[in-house]
Amino acid sequence: MKTVVITDFVRSPFTCRGSGALSKVRPDDIAAQVVAALVKRSGLDPTLIEDLILGCAFPEAEQGFNLARLVVFLADLPRSMGGVTVNRFCGSSMQAIHMAAGAIRMNAGEAFICAGVESMTRVPMTGFNPMPNPKLYENMPAAYMSMGETAENLARLYNIARADQEAFAVESQLKAVHAREKGLFEDEIVAIQTKNGMVTEDGCLRPEVTIQALSSLKPAFDETGTITAGTSSPITDGASAVLVTTLEFAQKNNLTPLAGIRSYAISGCEPHIMGIGPVESTRKALKRAEISLDDIDIIELNEAFAAQALAVIHETKMDRAKINLDGGAIALGHPLGATGARITGKAAQLLKRHNKRFALATQCIGGGQGIATVLEGL
Amino acid sequence: MSIEKVAVIGSGVMGAGIAAQIANSQTKVVLLDIVADGAAERDQLANRAIAAMKESQPAQLMDAKFAGFITPGNLEDDLEQLADCDWIIEVVLEDLEIKKALYQKIEKFRKTGAMISSNTSTLPLSILTEGMSERFCSDFLITHFFNPPRYMRLVEVITGPKANPQAVSMVTDFIDRSLGKSVVRCHDTPGFIANRIGTYWLQLAINEAVQHQIDVESADYVLGRPVGIPKTGVFGLIDLVGLDLMPHILANLGTYLDKDDPFHALAEPPALLQTMINGGYTGRKGKGGFYRLNKERKKEVISLADGTYSLAKRQIPAAAKAGIKNIRALFDHDSKEGRYAWKVISETLTYTASLVPEIADDIESVDRAMRLGYNWKYGPFELIDHIGVDWFVDRLQSENRPIPVQLRTLQGRSFYRRDNGELQFHSRNGVYTTIKRPEGVLLLSDIKRQTRPILHNRSASLWDIGDKIACLEFHSKMNSINLFTLAMINKVVKNIPKLGFQGLIIHNEAANFSVGANILMLLVIAKLRLWPLMNFILSLGQQTFQKLKYAPFPVVGAPSGLALGGGCEILLHCHAVEAHAESYIGLVEVGVGIVPGWGGCKELLGRMIADPKTAKGPMPATMQAFETIAMATVAKSARDARKLHFLKFDDGIVMNRERLLAAAKKRALQLAENYKARAPYTFHLAGLSGKAALQMGVNEFIRRGDATKYDAVVALALAEVLSGGETDHTEELTEKDILDLERKVIMRLVKNPQTRDRIAHMLKTGKPLRN
Repeated sequence: MKTVVITDFVRSPFTCRGSGALSKVRPDDIAAQVVAALVKRSGLDPTLIEDLILGCAFPEAEQGFNLARLVVFLADLPRSMGGVTVNRFCGSSMQAIHMAAGAIRMNAGEAFICAGVESMTRVPMTGFNPMPNPKLYENMPAAYMSMGETAENLARLYNIARADQEAFAVESQLKAVHAREKGLFEDEIVAIQTKNGMVTEDGCLRPEVTIQALSSLKPAFDETGTITAGTSSPITDGASAVLVTTLEFAQKNNLTPLAGIRSYAISGCEPHIMGIGPVESTRKALKRAEISLDDIDIIELNEAFAAQALAVIHETKMDRAKINLDGGAIALGHPLGATGARITGKAAQLLKRHNKRFALATQCIGGGQGIATVLEGL
Repeated sequence: MSIEKVAVIGSGVMGAGIAAQIANSQTKVVLLDIVADGAAERDQLANRAIAAMKESQPAQLMDAKFAGFITPGNLEDDLEQLADCDWIIEVVLEDLEIKKALYQKIEKFRKTGAMISSNTSTLPLSILTEGMSERFCSDFLITHFFNPPRYMRLVEVITGPKANPQAVSMVTDFIDRSLGKSVVRCHDTPGFIANRIGTYWLQLAINEAVQHQIDVESADYVLGRPVGIPKTGVFGLIDLVGLDLMPHILANLGTYLDKDDPFHALAEPPALLQTMINGGYTGRKGKGGFYRLNKERKKEVISLADGTYSLAKRQIPAAAKAGIKNIRALFDHDSKEGRYAWKVISETLTYTASLVPEIADDIESVDRAMRLGYNWKYGPFELIDHIGVDWFVDRLQSENRPIPVQLRTLQGRSFYRRDNGELQFHSRNGVYTTIKRPEGVLLLSDIKRQTRPILHNRSASLWDIGDKIACLEFHSKMNSINLFTLAMINKVVKNIPKLGFQGLIIHNEAANFSVGANILMLLVIAKLRLWPLMNFILSLGQQTFQKLKYAPFPVVGAPSGLALGGGCEILLHCHAVEAHAESYIGLVEVGVGIVPGWGGCKELLGRMIADPKTAKGPMPATMQAFETIAMATVAKSARDARKLHFLKFDDGIVMNRERLLAAAKKRALQLAENYKARAPYTFHLAGLSGKAALQMGVNEFIRRGDATKYDAVVALALAEVLSGGETDHTEELTEKDILDLERKVIMRLVKNPQTRDRIAHMLKTGKPLRN
């Protein structure tokens, strides 16, 4: 069987909704710049690329039409390659990687750009015309439940104290700030051209944050709850992309692989506790990789909410020292469609940086799903 | 020449407030102040003033974006910015040396023809211009604004003998039209008009309260409503202005007033005042003043005798009760409060009478200054007329008090009279002079004096305002809309063409355009369970407002102040609106547990759909209208109302209230040519899917603790209307469909006791109940 590898990972700076430096840039323009930079620095003949698989959680308005195909045009890539837009909410761009890996194993292509984008400024969560099925909403409100509420449910279910969430959030911030100070994001960040000049740095990080400051915030979703804006991932604009190829293709084209894709999985769970999704998808992916969690050296666990991540850690008994070494979404931000490629690309990058054997990237998905990828060092 | 750019020097409370009002007129303004000692940032003072302006409550800016019209700077680096200013306003410390040194600096940069004015409240113009150049004297005047400049309508203007009249009128015209203020020309005397009289009155009232052993609350009761003075009375007003300002004003006035002025007899403030200031009790801006709120937010009041605070009693003295019905009964009241009121008011009025022509050319200027600068209902001379000139003079005589010349020359006549419908005042030479309104000022009160209404009932009247334009005036209590109002609108719409009119204006000169439907009527009907009558009233209102909308002639709304609920709905149905800048428009029905039911939902939704800036699809307009109505959003200015779609983008905004009716008339005349009624709205709404989407949002509000359970009931009823009931977005709904939904959900809500509790609570307290 062919070995599927991730050869490179790039992303735009992640900036906050509304006032952030990317708020005035169309999401298709952000994605196009990221994708173009990925292709350019690979030195690859772009006609060899089969497809652009682009994840997006609210593919309407500026993220509408077939966004992936339009990004191919905007990035000035050859007409001969395809473009498909994928929606699995927060798991969209990890799904893009899975689709590429599956296609490669089917001999349906050798090189794929797997990307994701979300401008949460320019296309609001729920979109411009939310029209839920009224009968489904009545019979099963959890199908449309707000993410904050699902996280509160987990916090209650697992008895996760507010202070623990705040400690987790501060830790995420510190790790991200540390990584930025050491220049660890320099390789992955693609500067984005805007009307006001180039944007080169993440905008959501809060280096000044303290547990004390977090403890004074009002609950964001439930007046009797424990979750605040400080322990939730910020609403963010950004894009990410990875290049997925066969090992042979990489070698032939002078690409240095970061990691191989060993296995992946999707799982479903109750939508009112969607944040627990990674538990089952991780279990499935590990089983398919024929390894155990102890074998994993690097974990990228998406931090939709501190409470949600802590619930998953509790349930899986993950080693916290292995998780999100460069900081997670609470610090960096969570541009829905772009997160999956970021954490998978990051896990691959970290495997290489630390010269380790196995990595896991996993995340929860609104509506009650989990998605996971197991990577292997080469 | 016109004023395109203004400079304000001094970014304190007044300077910042004036700069904000200039920005409100969308004129560029440079705000300069000194470089603060040790400040890293050279424009720190001006920058801080602008930042504070954006946060201020009540808001100084009509739109926070207007701060963009203000350029901050400092007096060391930025004086060249004065070079292209057409008007430079000095608002620095009341210190002659500082002011004069600043003028010398300004002179080096000021362009020829640019005007310079001082906002001094006490320094005479003659002293400010002493030793200054001809050029300076020709271009200098005093423009004295009142605090807060956005909300106080008076600007006193003082000019010197050398001032260039054309250049002065450039400034006064700008103050009038662009800043919306009323200019009162004053003579160059200390304190000008309003503060000269106001300070005398305040100081006298404090001293006499101590003398007569009147407590603070009683003083404010008797010197408030019965005499047409705002209910803050004396002590409440000083709390508002700041106790610490009083000694400064007194000292300044004392310095420049003639030695024999009766003011000097009062100028020693009671010891308590200084003790309070020293203790930080400087009024509302400090720890409290004569009144304060205790820890339980209960109102406490100070004892003038020993300086201790106790809970406010809120007992209206008998003298004040009698005085509300009949002002003479207040002064005749055999009580210390009655004697106190007479003493303070009679001395204030006789003092004022002795000041004309010293402080102003005529009594009308004095009255206008006190009405606009101190919010008195009657100016001093109007108050004497209101009391009765003969009665007033007789009482003075019986007390062997001197009768001022102004009163003697009246010989029993009143200060004001009507002659052929024209309002005239008694002028110095003993003849009556007609009050002339400036060009572009049309007042309904003038018209009402001259003619009789064309149509009239107890809540509304129709007036002929000339050029075949009619004006519909509401005059019910708070201008609430009741069955008489609706009947009158129906009659008017039917009869306008027959009566030979070509357009209709809806306008009145009360403080508020209309506070909405008469909810007492709704409550009574709901309590008696007269459901068919309730439905009838809802239908009647809807049909009446539809008739307004589709009238074969233009209907122009001209609101000022509050236009809430039904009052807002009337404006939404007008073909066009000319709104006073200080219009506060909103659909606040959810506060009384219902939804807008006279077409408010339909019109706001239709407008939002029609706005090309609204995103496409069945939901964006629904969501936007839902947010506005469910939050009972009231626009904080006419400008804000435009953003909220209560006004259309081509509706006019008029800064000066006195110019509102003329602007509306002009608009009606323009529209009357080839008039065509608007086309009705049609709607493609999301139906139950849309309601579900809104319900998701409501549930989040409840969980977050930002909405009550009954808020949710009312909000969901609103969601039902705004998403078109059970429609499907492939179907087209008409205006009638939305009106039917409005009625349907209100009929459901009024049957709920919690809606009735909300209405009852609003009637009792004036505030919404959050049940």
